[in-house]
Amino acid sequence: MVDKAAIARQFIEAIPHARALGLKLTSIGNGEAGITMPYSKELVGDPRTGVIHGGAVFAALDTCCGAAVMSHPSAPGGTATIDLRIDYMRAATPGQTITTQATCYHITRNVAFVRATAMDEDDGLPVATAAGSFTVEGL
Amino acid sequence: MARTRPEPVQVVKQRRDAALNAIVDGVPYIRFLDIGFDRRGDELTGVLNFDQKLIGNPLLPALHGGVTAAFLEVTAVITLSWEFLLPKIESGELNASDIADYEKVRFPKTVDFTVDYLRSGLPRDAYARAFISRAGRRYASVRVEAWQDNHAKLFAQASGHFLMPQPTTDGK
Repeated sequence: MVDKAAIARQFIEAIPHARALGLKLTSIGNGEAGITMPYSKELVGDPRTGVIHGGAVFAALDTCCGAAVMSHPSAPGGTATIDLRIDYMRAATPGQTITTQATCYHITRNVAFVRATAMDEDDGLPVATAAGSFTVEGL
Repeated sequence: MARTRPEPVQVVKQRRDAALNAIVDGVPYIRFLDIGFDRRGDELTGVLNFDQKLIGNPLLPALHGGVTAAFLEVTAVITLSWEFLLPKIESGELNASDIADYEKVRFPKTVDFTVDYLRSGLPRDAYARAFISRAGRRYASVRVEAWQDNHAKLFAQASGHFLMPQPTTDGK
């Protein structure tokens, strides 16, 4: 049997933009994935506060959701985002790593449904949550 | 009484471009993605300059969905800030150096942002324009469209809500 987790990991780590953001896949399998994004001055959205731009958090969440879809036992291979909504609860604390966790909670032949959260080192309240749908494609 | 003569075109352009550059240039993430803004009158077009590091699917290849989302969000925030600040820039209440020191200028905060991916983003430059559906004192609702070769064929669209910068509590 093909090891989907290994394929997904390889695929995620080969993405040029994932490398540019410094994304690290920490866990993957059975429709769940975890990805971390280290703090970087390049990703700051407001130089006065040093807070990471929402767009970078969006990119990390999108990647994490895609990884969750690919790791689902019923997913034949690749995926692409159809739509993704992010709610921003609060500003990420400057200097802290962002940790994202995504779950693919339902999958059909054509569409995968995913939700995800982004946390910093304070795990009391998420920085952002995401919900979206993704395509289901062959390898 | 005679009307005051319009300002020379260079003066107007210089003032507006300096203000726009001051808003955009200070943000490291905008530089990281290499996004620029094209100004025609009060209308802004975001320009995402293509680079290999923006790729999300190396097999196709296609732009990363997160890059597309970030580009749309940056365009929304800058357009909103621009609309909010332009009257102050025109009246002389604010100038480019005020923007650079960041004491008087705050960005709107994103509350939520929803992106529809209509086509895969091709490995080339992309353009985006934001339309402010409603700008209230506290909240704003913005719609953004992005395209590449053909303006009629959008590759992504988004809509989101933003919290507008509030005056500081001492009333300034």
